[in-house]
Amino acid sequence: MKKPQPHSATRARVRPVAQSHDFRLGFVPMIDGAPVIVAHEMGLFRKFGVRVRLGREAGWASIRDRLIHQEIVGAHAPASMAFALRCGLGSLAVPCLTAIVLAHNGSAITLSQTLKRAGAVDPLSLAEVVRRSGASRRYRFAAVFEYATQHVNLRRWLAAGGVLGRQIKVIKEDGASDWPTFAEKAKKLLVKDKVASVFGCWTSASRKAVLPVFEKENGMLYYPTFYEGLEQSKNVIYTGQEATQQIIAGLDWIAKEKKAKTFYLIGSDYIWPRTSAKIARKHIENVLKGTVVGEEFYALGHTQFGSLINKIKLKKPDVIYAIVVGGSNVSFYKQLKAAGITSDKQTLLTISVTEDEVLGIGGENLTGFYSAMKYFQSQDNPNNAAFVKAFKEKYGEKSVIGDVTQAGYLGPWLWKATVEKAGSFDVDKIAAASSGVEFKGAPEGYVRIHDTNHHLWSKLRIGQWSTDGQAKVLYESALIEPDPFPKGYQ
Amino acid sequence: MNLQELWSIFIMQGFAGISLFSVLLLMGLGLALIFGQMGVINMAHGEFMALGAYTTYLCSTLVQDHAPSLLPIYFPIAIVLAFILSAALGALVEWGMIRHLYKRPLDTLLATWGLSLILQQTYRSIFGAREVTPTLPEWLMGSFKPTESIDIPINGVFVLLLAGAVTGSLLLFMFKTAFGLRLRATVQNRLMSGAVGINTKMVDRLAFSVGCGIAGIAGAAFTTIGSTGPDSGSRYIVDAFLVVVFGGAANLFGSVVSALGIAQAQSILEFFLEGTKGKVATLLFIVVVLMFRPQGLFPSKVRS
Repeated sequence: MKKPQPHSATRARVRPVAQSHDFRLGFVPMIDGAPVIVAHEMGLFRKFGVRVRLGREAGWASIRDRLIHQEIVGAHAPASMAFALRCGLGSLAVPCLTAIVLAHNGSAITLSQTLKRAGAVDPLSLAEVVRRSGASRRYRFAAVFEYATQHVNLRRWLAAGGVLGRQIKVIKEDGASDWPTFAEKAKKLLVKDKVASVFGCWTSASRKAVLPVFEKENGMLYYPTFYEGLEQSKNVIYTGQEATQQIIAGLDWIAKEKKAKTFYLIGSDYIWPRTSAKIARKHIENVLKGTVVGEEFYALGHTQFGSLINKIKLKKPDVIYAIVVGGSNVSFYKQLKAAGITSDKQTLLTISVTEDEVLGIGGENLTGFYSAMKYFQSQDNPNNAAFVKAFKEKYGEKSVIGDVTQAGYLGPWLWKATVEKAGSFDVDKIAAASSGVEFKGAPEGYVRIHDTNHHLWSKLRIGQWSTDGQAKVLYESALIEPDPFPKGYQ
Repeated sequence: MNLQELWSIFIMQGFAGISLFSVLLLMGLGLALIFGQMGVINMAHGEFMALGAYTTYLCSTLVQDHAPSLLPIYFPIAIVLAFILSAALGALVEWGMIRHLYKRPLDTLLATWGLSLILQQTYRSIFGAREVTPTLPEWLMGSFKPTESIDIPINGVFVLLLAGAVTGSLLLFMFKTAFGLRLRATVQNRLMSGAVGINTKMVDRLAFSVGCGIAGIAGAAFTTIGSTGPDSGSRYIVDAFLVVVFGGAANLFGSVVSALGIAQAQSILEFFLEGTKGKVATLLFIVVVLMFRPQGLFPSKVRS
């Protein structure tokens, strides 16, 4: 941002010192200076009866010095210069006034032809070029002024080539949904590849399989999936929600909005749905004073829900609370629809359906049902708009983003922030420095790592599914504190 | 809750059982043919079902992208294609692998298990780890309402009819065609069959291939009920074996009765107990029956 200081603003301040009737304004010969130069040449100053003399300066530093010594009374300048001058950053502090802001950025970072020919087109490739050319060759980068936005931008751009000046290398391993393989690959990543951090795992079973490895080899894991809680480790940052964050606010909402008193809990038969149902039941019975009219679990991959659906018809619950996962999900919702249990007759709240699952289930089978998640692709905020756009550019227009994908995206950013805060890649230091680390660029809005338990503060949202496979966000809670070992819910 | 509604639920519960029966039957038929007639335990049976399901998914995607007007009628074509592709793969596997192992039954078990892993990884590489579902034609969705309070899901009826048709055709094939006669002869006495001029190797290949083809049909039909992922097959295989072993390995009729018994027991127990307990009770029941009748419900009288 550049701004000239028009006479009307500067006159008041400089009158006592300006003995002659000539006001001296400084300019730097560049396009930025146009307003001042044109005003002078076209007689604008004369028209208002001000006598102005323009002085050409070599650069911003001399403009600043002349302003300090009152050799000139005004100039066009980068936005940050007036600010730095006022605060005395890098010079004497001098009262200073910005009269008008004329431009909003549009800066570019220009690399030399030499670098371009060497293959530098973005921070990563630049880092590669610098690394290749070895210690003998030092590259010089310039910005006009220490406190200029250009300088900040240049540094941020260069920093994007790595963390703490180190370049990031990604190593991908596939656990193939097989728990021993997960443990084996985790060990390989930590012992052989000596990675700084691991981002991954999906199911609780896979996390439980790698946890001993991470604790023994002292590695760092960022785990993205919403899960049952009851776990906390120095070596894990949980970027998804633990059960109480996802369950309690959602139940409160549905009880209030739908005056729900009776609940039917249905889940797949493994640790996450079982623990979640337990928490849900405690909350329904003890806090909401409702009743659980049925609680059932079906083996993973179960596809025949006929008997269950008949029982639902018999018991007529106010709310079906569904924690069904994987292939069963598709069968469950298709059969509900075929049996005439649709959103106009039945309220259904699930904590296991994200945009990813809807791809398989089909939006038409879910229309009108609710999901409780911390993130929905349809969320309306600038972070998310940019995230969705970039995601679709990379993975195709048809790709969708679910809660876990977003939580996965948080991992590397939180890690980067933590490393920069700790000033080190050391796992012990990262584990300690994680407390209170924030990420304001989160697509879900804002997240912060809890001070003591390595989970995230996050909001809960209720989305209502529509036929196109996207959810309309109907409710957003306040930031909820993570509580992996909830008292009274175990 | 009045009597009318209870009656409706009773009817629908009956249908839930029958629907489960047709699913189990479709799963078990192909396996019963291969296991029963050839003594080969095909651990990759589930992956042949997955192949049928993926064929249907591919058809659906192609039709949707290139000829949306065909959407209402593509499904039967996809089923036929699923049969052809699975049967072809079955013939190939028999030629490349199984026929070398007829005298080593335990090695067949291992080899087909290896094959199932290879196929699973292939599906994962081609279609991705995410579960997929084909776009179903309108007429397969929704429910059929004989009265106001009864909903009979149309996809359930469809699977039931298909299971009936496949079982009927298979029985006709076994008992009314020359090939069926040769097949039964080979099962009873392989050496003698060879002696009277039956090409027993060809019989084996065709039997294996038809068994795999039926698995393909089953897979295609299951896309109307659930989704398909690379490991869907491994989820089907347990139920399929249950049906075959419980029914008496070498007996198609036994498979039918066993599927019906397991389905009704499971669906009734699920109704009165709950999901997992229903399943446990069913399995207990099967274990007890097998303790007293190790050959299954209908042991076949084959000379060893």
